[in-house]
Amino acid sequence: MFEIDKWQEILSTVKKNRLRTFLTGFSVAWGIFMLVVLLGSGKGLENGVAEQFRGGATNGVWITSGVTSMKYKGLKTGRPIQFTNEDYNSLNTTIRGHDHISSRLFLGNNLVSYKNQYGSFFISPCHPDYGYIKEIELIRGRFLNNIDIHDFRKVAVIGEKVKASLFKGADTVAMGKYITINGVLFKVVGIFRDFSRNDNEQKRIYIPISSAQRIFNGNNIVQQISYTTGTATPDQANAMVENTKSLLSRRHTFDVKDQRAVEVWNKSEDVRRFSALFAGIRLFIWIIGIGTIIAGVVGVSNIMMIVVKERTKEIGVRKALGASPGSIIGLILQEAIAITGFSGYIGLVLGIGLLELVSSKMPSTEFFRNPEADFSIAIGATVLLIVAGAIAGFVPAMKAAKVRPVDALRDE
Amino acid sequence: MINIKNIHKSYVMGQSRLHVLKGIDLEIKSGEMISVMGASGSGKSTLLNILGILDNYDTGEYSLDGTPIRKLNERKAAALRNHLLGFVFQSFNLISFKNAMENVALPLYYQKVSRKKRNIIAMEYLERMGLKEWAHHLPNELSGGQKQRIAIARALIAKPKVILADEPTGALDSVTSLEMMDILQEINRTGITMVIVTHEHDIAARTEKTIKITDGIITEIIKN
Repeated sequence: MFEIDKWQEILSTVKKNRLRTFLTGFSVAWGIFMLVVLLGSGKGLENGVAEQFRGGATNGVWITSGVTSMKYKGLKTGRPIQFTNEDYNSLNTTIRGHDHISSRLFLGNNLVSYKNQYGSFFISPCHPDYGYIKEIELIRGRFLNNIDIHDFRKVAVIGEKVKASLFKGADTVAMGKYITINGVLFKVVGIFRDFSRNDNEQKRIYIPISSAQRIFNGNNIVQQISYTTGTATPDQANAMVENTKSLLSRRHTFDVKDQRAVEVWNKSEDVRRFSALFAGIRLFIWIIGIGTIIAGVVGVSNIMMIVVKERTKEIGVRKALGASPGSIIGLILQEAIAITGFSGYIGLVLGIGLLELVSSKMPSTEFFRNPEADFSIAIGATVLLIVAGAIAGFVPAMKAAKVRPVDALRDE
Repeated sequence: MINIKNIHKSYVMGQSRLHVLKGIDLEIKSGEMISVMGASGSGKSTLLNILGILDNYDTGEYSLDGTPIRKLNERKAAALRNHLLGFVFQSFNLISFKNAMENVALPLYYQKVSRKKRNIIAMEYLERMGLKEWAHHLPNELSGGQKQRIAIARALIAKPKVILADEPTGALDSVTSLEMMDILQEINRTGITMVIVTHEHDIAARTEKTIKITDGIITEIIKN
């Protein structure tokens, strides 16, 4: 199929009708260009939103204690719910399917110092599993471990920004040093970077929850429990969330339907909602893009129809000399595919070029960053082009194959 | 070589039927050179088309080189044309964007002969026609006689058994016409059967036998 002769023929017919071929090719190139730019922009929107979701496992569930807003079993509204270590243990043993679980205490901002450097940082006591749930990336050292919890160790994992503001000048090594949190000495065992872009998240200090309860709280209070749902399907994850709610409502005597008594954030649910939204947007874009390409294909088909008409005599000669219908179909189809393929490729390159330009020159905003056309889009567009070319050439090719040499050769 | 018996052919034109061939019997032996004459509309071109497997016939029998030709599919007909027949047309029918050599080589392309090999063979045939220097010229750069010689080279390249020529001198001046007949006669002497449709008496006179067709039947066979 890919012999020099056929290409020569295609080239010579294209050369004979430059403007006509250019205009046809342009409509296809425009279609592909639009498709690529639209898909790339959709991707940019998606990247922007995905960025909002960073810093936390996508299958995470966060349960925070709140205040009741519904009357239940004779109890009035406005009653605060207080989680304890018992709740943590109970969830850990009862809820099946979770792979990481942690409780948290909110101590808020506290004065932290090292030698003569001071700062106010968010102290976040938690279990070792929180490192996984929050997707904390360690730059140095380690995160909290079970021995820290068990032995009530006074150790701290500090954020990059915390390190930067406490360890300055000649004393830049933080690992192994002792920092003072609210008057108590903690040993730095790790330095982390949070995935989220939020600056406040980098200004945190994680310490073992057991130590925090003993030092700052004096009892077993917990304010938030979070876990990841492991390999559970979305439905299974929802069932886990429901079980959690009913377990807590029984333990703390509040209405399961009370949205305020405990606040549950099931991140996988949000992620699912957004991916459904973006799947919808992508589908919409493909429909528009394909519609534009169809207009181009009709143009190519039209041109090929004229080409066949003009070349009727030549096709007749070829048949008289022994050309099979198959070889005639191949000739016309190949020309159509060549025109759509080549011009479409130009559209593809221009579209990706524009996306790259926007991506490098435009500052990314909260909801739009890095518009890009990935490899699968390029492959998809290429396949689409070949199919489009084949469709464009099909009717003219069949018409060409039906040319009767007798009619074509009749001397007028 | 060519054997036809009681061939009928009619064209349906809207409501009416046009009976073009009304029972043609003809036997052409291998190596014969015959001409077909007749007024326009007499059916001589239709006969040539049927002989050339370019058109079907309604009833009768036709065998070409021992092969019965009846209701062939397009592919088989194309293959038979390619291997057994060579065509020479009044208006040459060269492909305008191919040079002389490529035009001559075209039948071999459909035999799947490699590009290099078929171009070498095409050059040999062009040399035989005295057109070697014109091999890389496009048809519109050549004279009528040169074009027809290229067309003849093209008809010969697949080593056909029969050459069918439809008014081969119709578009040429008288001197060139005679040259062309010399070439065709020379080819005939190599053993290739030749059927020439013409309306010029002096062309017909150069063939062994002239068949006259009037209103779809053979009215006269003249031995020249």
